[in-house]
Amino acid sequence: MTIARATTSRRSFLGHSYSLVGVVAALVILAWTLIAILAPHVTPHSIGDIVDDDYFGPMRQGLWLGSDYLGRDMLSRVLMGARYTVGISLAAVSIACFSGVVLGMIAAVTGGWLDTCLSRFLDAMNSIPSKLFGLVVVAAVGSSIPVLILTLAIIYIPGAYRFARALAVNINTMDFMTAARVRGESIIYLVGSEILPNIIRPVLADFGLRFVFIVLLLSGLSFLGLGLQPPLADWGALVRENIGGLPFAAPAVIIPSLAIASLTISVNLLIDNLPQKIRDRDA
Amino acid sequence: MKSGVLNLVLKRLGIAAITLLIVLFAVFFATSMLPGDTASILLGQAATPEAVAGLREAMHLNDPAILRFLLWLVGLLHGDLGTSYANEMPVAALIGGRLVNTMKLAGITTLLSVPLALTLGITAAMLRGSVYDRTVTILSIGVISVPEFMVATLAVLLFAVYLRWLPALSSVNEAHSLTDLVRIYAMPVITLTFVISAQMIRMTRAAVIETLSTPYVEMALLKGASRSRMVLKHALPNALGPIVNAVALSLSYLVGGVIIVETIFNYPGIAKLMVDAVATRDLPLIQSCAMIFCLGYLFLITAADVVAIMSNPRLR
Repeated sequence: MTIARATTSRRSFLGHSYSLVGVVAALVILAWTLIAILAPHVTPHSIGDIVDDDYFGPMRQGLWLGSDYLGRDMLSRVLMGARYTVGISLAAVSIACFSGVVLGMIAAVTGGWLDTCLSRFLDAMNSIPSKLFGLVVVAAVGSSIPVLILTLAIIYIPGAYRFARALAVNINTMDFMTAARVRGESIIYLVGSEILPNIIRPVLADFGLRFVFIVLLLSGLSFLGLGLQPPLADWGALVRENIGGLPFAAPAVIIPSLAIASLTISVNLLIDNLPQKIRDRDA
Repeated sequence: MKSGVLNLVLKRLGIAAITLLIVLFAVFFATSMLPGDTASILLGQAATPEAVAGLREAMHLNDPAILRFLLWLVGLLHGDLGTSYANEMPVAALIGGRLVNTMKLAGITTLLSVPLALTLGITAAMLRGSVYDRTVTILSIGVISVPEFMVATLAVLLFAVYLRWLPALSSVNEAHSLTDLVRIYAMPVITLTFVISAQMIRMTRAAVIETLSTPYVEMALLKGASRSRMVLKHALPNALGPIVNAVALSLSYLVGGVIIVETIFNYPGIAKLMVDAVATRDLPLIQSCAMIFCLGYLFLITAADVVAIMSNPRLR
């Protein structure tokens, strides 16, 4: 039964014609992903080199996005920043969604005290504002890439858990689940082969939304000087270090913000333009 | 039936109290997990081992963590927030004025954004699918999808750099007249209003649209009620609960927004104080600020839930 459902859904998935906005959004995301992977090979200048006599230089030939507060090439720094912003966020969202979804499915299938304890605890975690949580952790253990990834992941586990659990609870009441239970299947089988294939599409859409939240939070933390530390710079850190150029409307302040916006808006638009079947929350 | 609602509300308040305890616990332990010994950090490298041991004794650092947590809680209940490491002033004195500044900022933002967002959200839902609705929706999605600091920088570029209407930085102490006051609060309030309203518009619109799709609204349509009568008389009274819920939830975004906005505009509020405290690792100050923020946040989301319970006619 599960297999039959999966194949029909795949056919409609491939057969669906995407809207233009969705295609453009997907292309923007693809472009940033490629840049994140290839960053060191495509930057025109080394990110640390001072190539302009002037600081906060305007856009001109050779320095397509102007120069930053030290006269470094902004284009190279933004391209390299993509690697940190996209990389860290992707790692964090993968951990958050994997843990959240696995815990959520297990809680839904087992029920009882495990479900109650887990739900209560994660709800309490959810009552700590995310930026505040980030601030406190950074104050306590300092800021490094592994710490950032783990912190961001922990902040978004409760949300992923709640979402997956709500979906899994619905599936759990289906007849095929009862049949599988009667057959004496293990929890691993129930979760992996019965529940997961039935909730995977909305979970993937949720993955995208959570990725946006994480990019925004990471940028916010870096902007406060609590995310990535110099000499490394993600897009939020680039805005922070060039904020002095704001009164002159320097491209160095605006471009990294636009980079963040292009990524987050694209992901939102892509999810909004997915065929209804994929993002349907009731699956 | 009435007692059912009361029970649910009490249960929700109980959960909030337990959550508060867990949050306090988490804040305390996150900040006391700091690597390195607090006493030797405070005294610097030249300190003798005896001095470090003495300070550890005085600060109760040798006691088990759970005992220190309880001592801290008892202190909180007596209004004793501890002493700042950085300048040895009582934390309560440092926070007092700053908290008032932040509350003013949050209050003005609320007064502006709630009517604005409700008007836009409800009218967008009424004219669902029109150009107006799509413009409002796209704009609010746009604001939600970008970081708060980008909204702030764009606002500065527009109002302070290109139009030259407002100063880019705030300094509350320089306010001598009403125009000064307006100029000081304008930029932070505009930024925060954008961020909060975008959330509120989306939630309000969704709440009204959901009500508009109910059978009794269809009935009103079929009996020939005008569109405005249908919305104002039939749909809105029932959508009130979800809308108030949306307002309270959106206001909880103030907590995150205020941290960014106070930093970028150099506004002397409690969030700026906390960000500075993180930079100097001033633990008692961080603990107290974090606690105040969590309290505010918890209050708003609990209020949202309680309103949702009370306004559910099935429970009344």
